[in-house]
Amino acid sequence: MRANRPLLEVDRLRVEFPTRRGTLVAVDEISFHIDPGEVLGVVGESGAGKSLTGSAIIGLLEPPGRIAGGRILFDGSRIDDLPYEQMRRIRGKQIGAVFQDPLTSLNPLYSVGRQLIETITTHLDLSEGQARKRAIELLAEVGIPAPERRIDQYPHQFSGGMRQRVVIALALCANPRLIIADEPTTALDVSIQAQIIALLKKLCREHGTAVMLVTHDMGVIAETADRVAVMYAGRIAEIGPARQVIKQPLHPYTVGLMGSIPMVGTDADRLVQIEGAMPRLTEIPPGCAFNPRCPKVFERCRHDRPDLIRVGPASTACWLYDGQAGHD
Amino acid sequence: MLAFIVRRLIQSIIVMLAVAFIAFSLFQFTGDPINNMVGPEASAETRQLLRERLGLDKPFPIQFLHFVGNVVQGEFGVSYRLGMKVEDILVQRLPATLELVAVAALLALAVGVPLGVYTGLHRYGAVSRLMLTLSLVGISLPTFLIGILLILVFAVWLGWLPSFGRGKVVSIGWWTTNFTSWDGFRSIILPAITLSLFQMTLIMRLVRAEMLEVLRTDYIKFARARGLTNRAVNFGHALKNTLVPVITITGLQIGALIAFAIITETVFQWPGMGLLFLQAIQFVDIPVMSSYLVLVAFLFVIINLVVDLLYYAVDPRLRIDRAAVGAH
Amino acid sequence: MTEMHASATVGGRTVDLIRRFLDSDVFHSFKRSPVVMVAFCVAMIFFAGAFFSPWLAPHNTFDASTLNLMDAFRPPAWKAEGMKEYLLGTDDQGRDVLSTIMFGMRVSLIVGFCSVLLAVAIGVTLGLISGYLGGAIDSFIMRVADVQLSFPAILVALLIDGFARSFLPRSMHEELALYVLILAIGASNWVQFARTVRGSVMVEKGREYVQAARVIGIHPAMIMVRHVLPNVIGPVLVIATLALAVAILTEATLSFLGVGVPPTRPSLGTLIRVGNNFLFSGEWWMTIFPGAALVLLVLAVNLLGDWLRDALNPKLR
Repeated sequence: MRANRPLLEVDRLRVEFPTRRGTLVAVDEISFHIDPGEVLGVVGESGAGKSLTGSAIIGLLEPPGRIAGGRILFDGSRIDDLPYEQMRRIRGKQIGAVFQDPLTSLNPLYSVGRQLIETITTHLDLSEGQARKRAIELLAEVGIPAPERRIDQYPHQFSGGMRQRVVIALALCANPRLIIADEPTTALDVSIQAQIIALLKKLCREHGTAVMLVTHDMGVIAETADRVAVMYAGRIAEIGPARQVIKQPLHPYTVGLMGSIPMVGTDADRLVQIEGAMPRLTEIPPGCAFNPRCPKVFERCRHDRPDLIRVGPASTACWLYDGQAGHD
Repeated sequence: MLAFIVRRLIQSIIVMLAVAFIAFSLFQFTGDPINNMVGPEASAETRQLLRERLGLDKPFPIQFLHFVGNVVQGEFGVSYRLGMKVEDILVQRLPATLELVAVAALLALAVGVPLGVYTGLHRYGAVSRLMLTLSLVGISLPTFLIGILLILVFAVWLGWLPSFGRGKVVSIGWWTTNFTSWDGFRSIILPAITLSLFQMTLIMRLVRAEMLEVLRTDYIKFARARGLTNRAVNFGHALKNTLVPVITITGLQIGALIAFAIITETVFQWPGMGLLFLQAIQFVDIPVMSSYLVLVAFLFVIINLVVDLLYYAVDPRLRIDRAAVGAH
Repeated sequence: MTEMHASATVGGRTVDLIRRFLDSDVFHSFKRSPVVMVAFCVAMIFFAGAFFSPWLAPHNTFDASTLNLMDAFRPPAWKAEGMKEYLLGTDDQGRDVLSTIMFGMRVSLIVGFCSVLLAVAIGVTLGLISGYLGGAIDSFIMRVADVQLSFPAILVALLIDGFARSFLPRSMHEELALYVLILAIGASNWVQFARTVRGSVMVEKGREYVQAARVIGIHPAMIMVRHVLPNVIGPVLVIATLALAVAILTEATLSFLGVGVPPTRPSLGTLIRVGNNFLFSGEWWMTIFPGAALVLLVLAVNLLGDWLRDALNPKLR
């Protein structure tokens, strides 16, 4: 199917947290890929393992969390087992990151310009002056007015939305090929969210940058993503083209998730609600993790864990579709 | 900036007035000061004359103003015990204490900060754990006991260093210094180590705790995600943010050094202000007690002002240019 | 019948509480750290030895009739000139050093505990008032706290002591010295408690359940006592443990300087002060043993406080 080699390939990734009451499996053998220039949305409730997956990819899992299995390949070569120094050269240069809270992502004691220039000169072979010129261009590109003046200001002198623009400029400043955006709009005012998403989308299209967009906002996914992965309790429940997953969800969890979003123009009388809550990592049931809440549960779901099953253009981990198509 | 300094100055003046009031009230509680100045055989006329000359017949607030006026002009009265003008005694004693405190403070910072940074960065390392345990022993050792032990080992058993006094000092104008002669330099080693050890461990633990706190912040994670070198992240971003609270505490600790100098000076018979103050307490020598109090408060106020200004220099958030805040 | 039933439930509840404690993170981290367990044992042995010294000490050092000046300056028992009945040697008056340490530690601990209790009482009260009332009173209390914090505890204590000396007659001072000392050390350590409690009150004040309680007419003071105090027990306990170490050190220091406890009731600091006079003539045991006892005691308390802080606040580990 795929013509080119994927930019990022995650293969049976497993992230664990050893605690004194046993080991918690926060990300449980998930596999997916991102093609060059593609936007992959990753959705799920908080605690589903979305952000940890992002942190694992850039090699910044906070101890005691650790990668306990699987492989991560970037442009065909493994990056999950690289020594710190080699991984550092990839971070920022090849894979950029945007975090949730722009208010805390910037060092309050350094001017915006210093932080930009520092990042640029770390990765690109530019002089201080050239780096400053590039920093001003970047600020202009992310839509900050009067960048020549504002470059010497400190983070506290910028509003939340403006700071997130600065963060995006920082993530883009060495022209990375992939950006991991972890809930980039969650901490912002609703009125600014759309602007930031539009900016991110525009810049990535212009630069040909692929994005892994972690969010719990289906609206953002619908607007931005080419493909979407739905995560539940550390596993991928469904993955496929965004339009397909939104219009014709396969997994009962995705169906519930879509049903809980108010849609303008549809005449649904009421929003659907999924009964219960996502299990804690200590209490994940055997079989399919969703089985206690699933309206279509049957006996097999309680014992056997489903793998991703190919259904049309999408794949889902649900026994309902077993036998309909071959395994992925 | 100016408004900030003016506000601080006004606060300092209020503190100084409060301390002056306490110092002044010391005189009020001790009964008739005339009794301390003349013998019990003095006639009623002599007493009355002295009373009028000292302004003791005036109402309380006038007396207080009179006291403040004298203090501002550097007149602290006559010591009951030594029969000398207190200001002359203080000028004679001040250099000894200040030199001791300065050496101890430099020693504490020069050793404490690097150790704190090291143990913060390598928190699980064997050396860090050892240092942390040792530091706990350090804060459990009372200053006087450290002094006694050092004397026992280096003066009594080994005979390497002198156990008491300033040794040979050289006068430069009214200042006397330990640093121009070998004997003077040798004499200050043990007292300075004694005085600094407690502060050293305190600063180390503080820097470590702050470092750990800062290393957990989002902006450090974001700095790593941008691929900055470890050096830039740890010593550029983390250390500078660590220093903000450390500056305050260090300022406060210089105050503590002046106070703990009382103990060190007693153990080593160091002819400084602390020893003078202690003897004044034992002999209820009110003029010396009250003037020591005023002088120490003055030093503290100066230190606090310097700390505030340093803070201002390090943290841009305090230099808020109100007009620029929230500009979109 | 009902009575038995009631006591059974109480028993069940106690068992339940014990079980919960044994399963808690605090107890778990205690079991995992041998250093903390040793510190705990040392502290307990010292506390017991000190508080029960009138019954446990091998000699009654306050009974002048048992003293024998011929036995003065005996080195520890394992030295050639040592005597079996004086394990750690004797002092210049012929008193048994081990016994004086036990009695001395008792005085040190009494001053330490009482002054910490005083500091907690002052600090928690002022913190509650300051945080709850806010406004001018709050800023006044906090300003005083700031100023006092910039003056080291030892100086404040010395000052209060100096004050007391200057306006109490000498004979009364002797008698009241212990109380003055407790007051001086207690009053110099309240700030941290006040700040912690105030911070917690400020946080709780904004909580919805407090607003709700206010709406249904529960007295605000009641809310503070019922909801805020339980929240600050942990931090206050940690600060109090560390403050106990500081208080013991401050007392020892003041007594060493000769402005602490009266000579008739020597504490560890007094013993070291006396011993220090004989250091140069070689009678090291009179200084080293009380000193070691003091350091071990403070170290044990510090270790416990340090561990307690980490155990109650896992984030900081």
